Amino acid sequence: MSATAAHADDHDHGAPIGFVRRWLYSTNHKDIGTMYIIFGGIGGIVGLLMSIYMRMELQAPGLQYMTDGNVWNVLVTAHGLVMVFFFVMPVVISGFGNWFVPLMIGAPDMAFPRMNNISFWLMPPALILLVLSMFVEGTGGAPGVGAGWTIYPPLSSAPQTGMAMDLAIFSLHLAGASSILGAANFITTVFNMRAPGMTLHRMPLFVWSVLVTAFLLLLAVPVLAGAITMLLTDRNFGTSFFDAAGGGDPVLFLHLFWFFGHPEVYIMILPAFGIVSQIVSTFSRKPVFGYLGMAYAMVAIGFVGFIVWAHHMYTVGLDVDTRAYFTAATMVIAVPTGVKIFSWIATMWGGSISFKLPMMWSLALIILFTIGGVTGVVLSNAGIDMTLHNTYFVIGHFHYVLSMGALFGIFAGIYFWFPKMTGYHYSEKLGNLHFWLTFIGVNLTFFPMHFSGLAGMPRRYIDYPDAFEGWNYVSSIGSYVSGIASIVFLFLVWEAFSAKRKAEDNPWGEGADTLEWTVSSPPPFHTFNEQPKFN
Amino acid sequence: MRVVTGFRAPLAFTVVALLLLVAAPVMASQPTPWQLNFQDFVTPVGALVDDFHTLLLVVEFGIAIFVFLLLAYTCYRFRAASNPNPSKTTHNTLIEVLWTVIPVVILVIIAVPSFKLLYFMDKAENPDMTIKVTANQWYWDYEYPDQEGLTFSSTMLDAEDAKAAGDPRLLGVDNPLVVPVGQNIQVLVTSNDVMHSFFVPSLAVQIYGISGRANETWMRIDKAGTYYGQCNQICGVNHSFMPIKVIAMEEAEYAQWLLKAKQEFAMDNPSPELKLAAASQ
Ligand code: HEM
Ligand SMILES: [Cu+2]
Ligand SMILES: [Cu+2]
Repeated sequence: MSATAAHADDHDHGAPIGFVRRWLYSTNHKDIGTMYIIFGGIGGIVGLLMSIYMRMELQAPGLQYMTDGNVWNVLVTAHGLVMVFFFVMPVVISGFGNWFVPLMIGAPDMAFPRMNNISFWLMPPALILLVLSMFVEGTGGAPGVGAGWTIYPPLSSAPQTGMAMDLAIFSLHLAGASSILGAANFITTVFNMRAPGMTLHRMPLFVWSVLVTAFLLLLAVPVLAGAITMLLTDRNFGTSFFDAAGGGDPVLFLHLFWFFGHPEVYIMILPAFGIVSQIVSTFSRKPVFGYLGMAYAMVAIGFVGFIVWAHHMYTVGLDVDTRAYFTAATMVIAVPTGVKIFSWIATMWGGSISFKLPMMWSLALIILFTIGGVTGVVLSNAGIDMTLHNTYFVIGHFHYVLSMGALFGIFAGIYFWFPKMTGYHYSEKLGNLHFWLTFIGVNLTFFPMHFSGLAGMPRRYIDYPDAFEGWNYVSSIGSYVSGIASIVFLFLVWEAFSAKRKAEDNPWGEGADTLEWTVSSPPPFHTFNEQPKFN
Repeated sequence: MRVVTGFRAPLAFTVVALLLLVAAPVMASQPTPWQLNFQDFVTPVGALVDDFHTLLLVVEFGIAIFVFLLLAYTCYRFRAASNPNPSKTTHNTLIEVLWTVIPVVILVIIAVPSFKLLYFMDKAENPDMTIKVTANQWYWDYEYPDQEGLTFSSTMLDAEDAKAAGDPRLLGVDNPLVVPVGQNIQVLVTSNDVMHSFFVPSLAVQIYGISGRANETWMRIDKAGTYYGQCNQICGVNHSFMPIKVIAMEEAEYAQWLLKAKQEFAMDNPSPELKLAAASQ
């Protein structure tokens, strides 16, 4: 490695003293990254608790714990929104992105440090608004938004209902503004602040993944913002964008929502792809196979991601030719996705593989994501999707790509960078326990959903025909196992901080050749006061 | 071949699972416990869906098993203990072309039956009759425009009544949708309030009901029987409780039912033709 890091020994160089100055006023990319990860972690726990409560309800037919469908609808809605906007996005893009994009390209910080501060501090109020929405009158006359995370009108636009939906819209406005600012920041940083010699085509794939994701955010989130603003005015100011009685059309909202929504699902998975690429190469002690193919596969996924949205809308009454187009376009995405999978395996091929925890998470991601990918190809066929849309098959599909794709990517990243971020080693034993419990838990939870989905079980149901009991019971047990796994993880974090086993600058050996491993663990407050150079 | 022996058990397991899925054991027009695959289809569209899905299953399992075995073999063969010195290979044009082209070929193979199915299921060519379905929070209205506008509502039975009527819990309704077998039925779906989705798995029918639109689909039920479905688009507090029950009858039986229904529903039906028709019988 030809890069040099300055001040690697100088730990608290320049860190402001005092909680308020250090954290509230923070303009430091690592501190902001840390705050994002902690914030996302809290979001993740909230979302997880909701999901376990929902699985308890579904464990047996009949109503177990919840009083009626309103409670259920509010929980599914909040679970989806919290996991997407307040867990996955803050951790995987803003958290890891803030921490490691500047480090990997040899930049001293993000391009707009103050904007970075406001990006983060928009998020807590956004979460507060969303939580508040659960306690004021909403779509069903009872407290909370009960329209699903996709908030389709007219259910979400009925003007006679209380303020809950409006609060949720404001929450998404803030979270969206935060994402857009963050995306602008990442794009500027990557384009303008690379160290000399760090050309675009030499950037680590994680940086590529964040760059592509930032473009997706910049182009997709404003469309969501527009759609929910129109929803807001429909609700409160007598417009009728989505109201057939006033000349509008509810389906317009679906187009706008999914024009955002499909890129959004790739926003959640691309950074995880980037993390896996770093890890697979590190633990195989081999450079990434087909680097350019890998980078441009992400660009291709990002591009095609914008022209497939109506595969979520095959059953809304689209013209048959339109459905045929969206079927074809959607299937195309499988090609660059396959390139990623095979390139990871080719990276390992001929390597010298060690099965450390980050690698275990990455391997699990590769195989489980493949399962989510093939069910995606099934759903891409409009003819089949007419019978599978909105069933548990879809729930199975997207949890394989999210709960096993994005989530495993997050844990791969945490286990990879934990020593770097905290300066401490975690316990391998606890880590293994956490990994295997999670692996078993999520598969038990989500695999049976394919079966109940094929058999016709609709999603967003508080109670189901008795025949579905078996698979639902298995799913519920699986979710409790994942819940236990999460407790093990929290314990692992606590144990690592209290045992204080000091981590080296580079705990992973010669395979770890990106810049972040050249600075100390944890890195000094200001890194690269002297610019690193590549040749 | 030390490696292969290690995978025999999981391989055997997946093959059995695959066979189970393809063979699709006991199925019915309603979900059954531990069911693995689709409900038995009773429409021509459903038959195509089933065939196509079998092809997809083979592709799905083929790809997933291939990736799994390749990954497992790679992990085994190139573990640090057996391969301490990594190679530095980062390119192989042939293989990169192959793993782009082969998936494309597979997708084309999928696309052909996919489009056939899609265009076949879109609309009935020459419908013999029309049913108009209107979704409401939280019940369905069924209208027979060809039968003097015969219209009635269909609401879920509570657990006891369902049991008494011989319906599964949550699937029974007071007034089922009754249709003749063997006829091409055009189904028009709309809504009076929020979005709903008219979904009957064993008929391979699903389409949203949206206010201000009449969405079209069709069915031809080839076997007399009772088929259950449920609303499949979140529509408020009782979304889980607005089932669909379709009874397909032989022609003669259906004609009798029509007579009876016209009388029964004349009273609460606004259409004057129907009242007249009922009075003249
Ligand atoms: C091979 C690539 C993929 C294909 C072909 C694919 C295809 C599809 C299709 C057709 C649907 C619509 C199903 C329906 O509602 O009827 C769907 C739903 C979904 N997919 Fe994928 N998908 C792919 C990968 C992904 C990835 C990578 C993610 C996220 C990381 C993802 C997340 C989702 C989500 C969240 C939904 C459901 C949204 C909702 O209705 O709430 N998919 N996918
Ligand atoms: Cu999508
Ligand atoms: Cu519904």
